[in-house]
Amino acid sequence: MSTNESTEMVTVTSLTKIYKGSVKAVDGVSLTIQKGEVFGLLGPNGAGKTTTLHMLSTILKPTSGEAKVNGFDVAKQPGRVRQSIGIVFQDPSSDELLTGYENLRMHALLYGVPGSIRRQRIDEVLDLVDLKDRRNDLLKNYSGGMRRRLEIARGLLHRPKVLFLDEPTLGLDPQTREHIWEYIEKLVKEEKLTIIITTHYMDEADRLCDRIAIMDKGAIIVLDTPDELKRSLGGDIVKIKAKTPNFFALEALDYVKLVEADGEEVKLTVDDAGTHIQEILSVIGKVDSVELRPPSLSDVFLKYTGREYREQGGGGS
Amino acid sequence: MTELTGLYAIWEREVRVYLRERSRVISSIVSPILWLVVYGVGLGSQFNVSGMSYQSYIYPGIIVMALIFSSVFYGASIVWDKKMDFLKEVLVAPVRRSTAFMGKVAGGATDGLIQATIILLLSPFFGVNVGLILVLVYLFMFILLIGLVSIGLLIGSFMESSEGFSLIGGFIVFPLFFLSGALFPLNNLPDWLLTLTIANPVTYGVDAMRGLMLGTYRFGLLIDFSVLIIFAAVMVGLGSMAFNKMKL
Repeated sequence: MSTNESTEMVTVTSLTKIYKGSVKAVDGVSLTIQKGEVFGLLGPNGAGKTTTLHMLSTILKPTSGEAKVNGFDVAKQPGRVRQSIGIVFQDPSSDELLTGYENLRMHALLYGVPGSIRRQRIDEVLDLVDLKDRRNDLLKNYSGGMRRRLEIARGLLHRPKVLFLDEPTLGLDPQTREHIWEYIEKLVKEEKLTIIITTHYMDEADRLCDRIAIMDKGAIIVLDTPDELKRSLGGDIVKIKAKTPNFFALEALDYVKLVEADGEEVKLTVDDAGTHIQEILSVIGKVDSVELRPPSLSDVFLKYTGREYREQGGGGS
Repeated sequence: MTELTGLYAIWEREVRVYLRERSRVISSIVSPILWLVVYGVGLGSQFNVSGMSYQSYIYPGIIVMALIFSSVFYGASIVWDKKMDFLKEVLVAPVRRSTAFMGKVAGGATDGLIQATIILLLSPFFGVNVGLILVLVYLFMFILLIGLVSIGLLIGSFMESSEGFSLIGGFIVFPLFFLSGALFPLNNLPDWLLTLTIANPVTYGVDAMRGLMLGTYRFGLLIDFSVLIIFAAVMVGLGSMAFNKMKL
């Protein structure tokens, strides 16, 4: 109805999911995603990213709060929401005993893609992910990366308004990750889709996303563009190894924003570190090694959660 | 319209996968044939039943046995679908869950019919002649299959492992078969056995098949039809409910 005029593709208000045993998996999340935006949900395993995604895609019912996708309420109009979205799940969800083409055909039938354009659509998306020549192979003969690509193609088959990618490169080798990223970038450019990505890879979020929400323990801690998030740290990162650093002199320098000591290592956040490094080294005393780099999202994560980022499998605590 | 193409999509997948696994098709024929050849001939050499050879007498019942086993154990495919996350793809599609359920039912029923067709092609070897009545035979098999497949899917929707499924499946399948009159006439049975047999909906499937093929009824086609329709409707209803509640 009035959905096409608005540029807000996803609006989420105080979305909450409480599982049995009163575990708050998602705790009062609110956000707005614009049409054509690539939005990242970043956080460690168990932060509530996938649960959020499952509520937005009508797999899970919210305990409270509201979410609209393409103008449709996920709780009240799940059918309309499902027609508006495409999803690539974290784990493969295609049928190994069918060929690539047959998997896509089944999807097209399930989503009511008319018979007259079914074949052409399937060809289009197969072309997009470079799987045209493997269309008649059984999926069990696909590699992990090919299978992920096929599922991305499948998610696009019914021309969704919003594409959800749940950990799109989890468990793939670096080369395949790079490829998947290129496909996603191509999609953004050519299809002008709204894309929501969950990931626990910082580099992935940094490269693909227009805006990022960092989640931890079910809540959004901070939400901004990757550049702004990094800028919010107030400077570059300088790591110095020194046995007896002169903290007093360091803190006196006004361009040094933050001093953190960890054993023999001192981590500084420095405004425009390139031009000031000489002076820092001269006041700190004897130095064993120096590392200077622009801030990464990992530093952002560390700042906002107060703990080191767990790259993989840190399911505990 | 979308619901109908959705149902078709799932049916097509099920049948494709079934036909692709030749070994599954072939192995599903082996045990009914063993029953007919070894058990039927072995026991049949001792006596006749209702004026016909024992082998012919149990032939319709053995077809029903094949249907029971294949359709109840077909329910394990739901466990498999869950495990490989295929079900997620289906359940986020814009079709009702009951449509997905009916697609699975139609697929399983088709598998059963394909299997029955192979056994029916062998009917001359067992002294059974099925002529034009075949249309009715298929109708009854189809109704029976809808009920049986729904039982399998109902169990499958509660189960998380295929081991668990086989255990429960076995508990269901054997009583359904042994208490169906597939192997013996219902006259002269002790009361307890007769009661159990009459309470078993599959009995009416056996009765209809035997009546259509061999001309001996216990209940008559109308009663058989009514009981089977109610059985199928109740099981489809329960199965759809289970699907709606199913957690991923």
